Amino acid sequence: MSELGHILTFPILIPLVVGAVLILINERYHRLKFAVNMLSTLSLLVVSIVLLLITEQHTEVTSQVVYLAANWQAPFGIVLVADRLSAIMLVLTAVVANGALLFSFSRWAQVGVHFHTLFQLLLMGIHGALLTGDIFNLFVFFEIMLAASYGLLLHGYNVVRVRAGLQYITINLIASVFFLIGIALIYAAAGSLNLADIAALVSTLDDSSRSLFHTGAAVLAVAFLTKSAMWPLGFWLPNAYTAAAPPVTALLVVLTKIGIYVVLRLYLLFFGDHAGASAGFGTGLLLYGGLLTMAYGIIGLIASQESNRIASYSAIVSSGTLLALIGMNNPAVLSSMLFYLISSTLAVAAFALLSELISRIYPTRNQVLAITFEAFEVDETHDVSSGYVIPAAMAFLGLSGMACALIIAGLPPLSGFVAKFAMLHQLLQAETITLAAWMFLILIISAGLGSIITFVRFGIRSFWASHRETPPLLKLTEVAPIIVILMVCVGLVVFAGPIFELLERTMSEASNTPMYIERVLGQPATGGNA
Amino acid sequence: MEFILAIAIGILFASGIWLILRPRSFQVIIGLMLLSYATNLFIFITGKLAIDKPAFTVTSDAVEMAQFTDPLPQALVLTAIVIGFATTALYLVVLLGSRGLTGTDHVDGKEREVTHE
Repeated sequence: MSELGHILTFPILIPLVVGAVLILINERYHRLKFAVNMLSTLSLLVVSIVLLLITEQHTEVTSQVVYLAANWQAPFGIVLVADRLSAIMLVLTAVVANGALLFSFSRWAQVGVHFHTLFQLLLMGIHGALLTGDIFNLFVFFEIMLAASYGLLLHGYNVVRVRAGLQYITINLIASVFFLIGIALIYAAAGSLNLADIAALVSTLDDSSRSLFHTGAAVLAVAFLTKSAMWPLGFWLPNAYTAAAPPVTALLVVLTKIGIYVVLRLYLLFFGDHAGASAGFGTGLLLYGGLLTMAYGIIGLIASQESNRIASYSAIVSSGTLLALIGMNNPAVLSSMLFYLISSTLAVAAFALLSELISRIYPTRNQVLAITFEAFEVDETHDVSSGYVIPAAMAFLGLSGMACALIIAGLPPLSGFVAKFAMLHQLLQAETITLAAWMFLILIISAGLGSIITFVRFGIRSFWASHRETPPLLKLTEVAPIIVILMVCVGLVVFAGPIFELLERTMSEASNTPMYIERVLGQPATGGNA
Repeated sequence: MEFILAIAIGILFASGIWLILRPRSFQVIIGLMLLSYATNLFIFITGKLAIDKPAFTVTSDAVEMAQFTDPLPQALVLTAIVIGFATTALYLVVLLGSRGLTGTDHVDGKEREVTHE
């Protein structure tokens, strides 16, 4: 068990070490840097899949793998915990990261310095936030993730990015202040920072501590809801997504979903059925906040003309949907929620990558970019002729744009439809359908309609009315990641049965907080002379 | 003692919030720094104020816990200070970059258009 547990440190240590090594390699050897980074990111995919298989092997209810750093038994010391939920999120992150990295090979990795180092550190922060079992380490890993994302957002330094970066950093620094205050209040109330320990203590708090604990949780929620872009905390998102380089936007899509993951995880641990008087705290806020976010996202989506903005508002709609589903406090919808999370993350990330390729149909709009390329001596003409250029570029752009649109709008036959169908099925199965559930149904269907209108308009303008004689040059390394990500979405549909069974197991395990507490606090420190 | 500290934290927060709502990026960074000072003090006092109590012991004998102060908030504050320092430095660089590229220190990267009557 303890030997097996060491694998939990790999997703954090590999990017840390590789990120440090990459600093030492001069930017001139960008192919070498890329190769090292790609190797590391691929190995992280393998580690994530192995971790998922390990958590799947434990056929009994307890599938958590617990790693006690420095061999201190919880709640003392630092603890890493992986269960099916975090393992699935790790695999999702790894898929998007590999796609984004491969996409960045031909140009984006070269428009600035230290792209690969920041990329690895971002992955380290994400993985740490997914695996940690301790609320303060969650803060530390969040800061690592955010610091790397600040650097990546500014990657390919130009006026738009610096302006967006300044605002993005300000928002996130203020959110970090909220994060710290929340942690301090929770520590003052519960006297512990270990997630399992706090979860065990919630039901035993007296009234004054409980109100302090609730205040702390609410302040903490401000930080996570800012990251997951709940209305009215999500105004930063469209500017940041639009300004960032496309591979970075794809990673920011994952980052937003990490905010959702943390909300879900902390909600289940702190305010699940075991929490006594605190059970269900804040559900109304998540539910109605989520619904308002969806409404805001739909309006923004219909108003969007550019592909980047469409991707941003699609991400906001999907955040709103997920938050509203968490706020429904209905265990039956959680597995379809997770399916929707996976499918929408992949689709929006693929569309963010695709949108840059589509924008090449209009070469005159990329003037700012050309200046950046010049500054960093990216020899574009040489580069384009040297790489393998795919045939039928316009057909590829049209088809994959359509596939993204189908998934985001939730139309058959792709995975978005399965996700929305499962959600609606679960909600309509309930004996009494609440007003909030009706509002959710109306909004989710309007979201589909809004996406269709937006994407059809965008498709007509880009592909039918573009009047361009020569199609844009697309390289294999730019096309392959989009195809792979979309193929994963197709796989989600083909294997929907087994995947839903896995997600059912995942969510029933994640909702079983007493088992989580017992598993983490019961993990013995390894004996011997250690 | 608690009262004075509470007032001080309140004043720091109030000044910080006022400053981050100002339009100049320099005011915003000062505001952010005040906010992070206030937060650090806030975390520090969650371990309760105590005078002449060490945070840890060097003897291996059994100790009376009441003689010691809570070491954890101090460790948290230390981490928070380091992270706050790093992010503020980073913000400063972006601020200067923005000033250089846009030619203004307004947070939107452009001056508000003033209409003269």
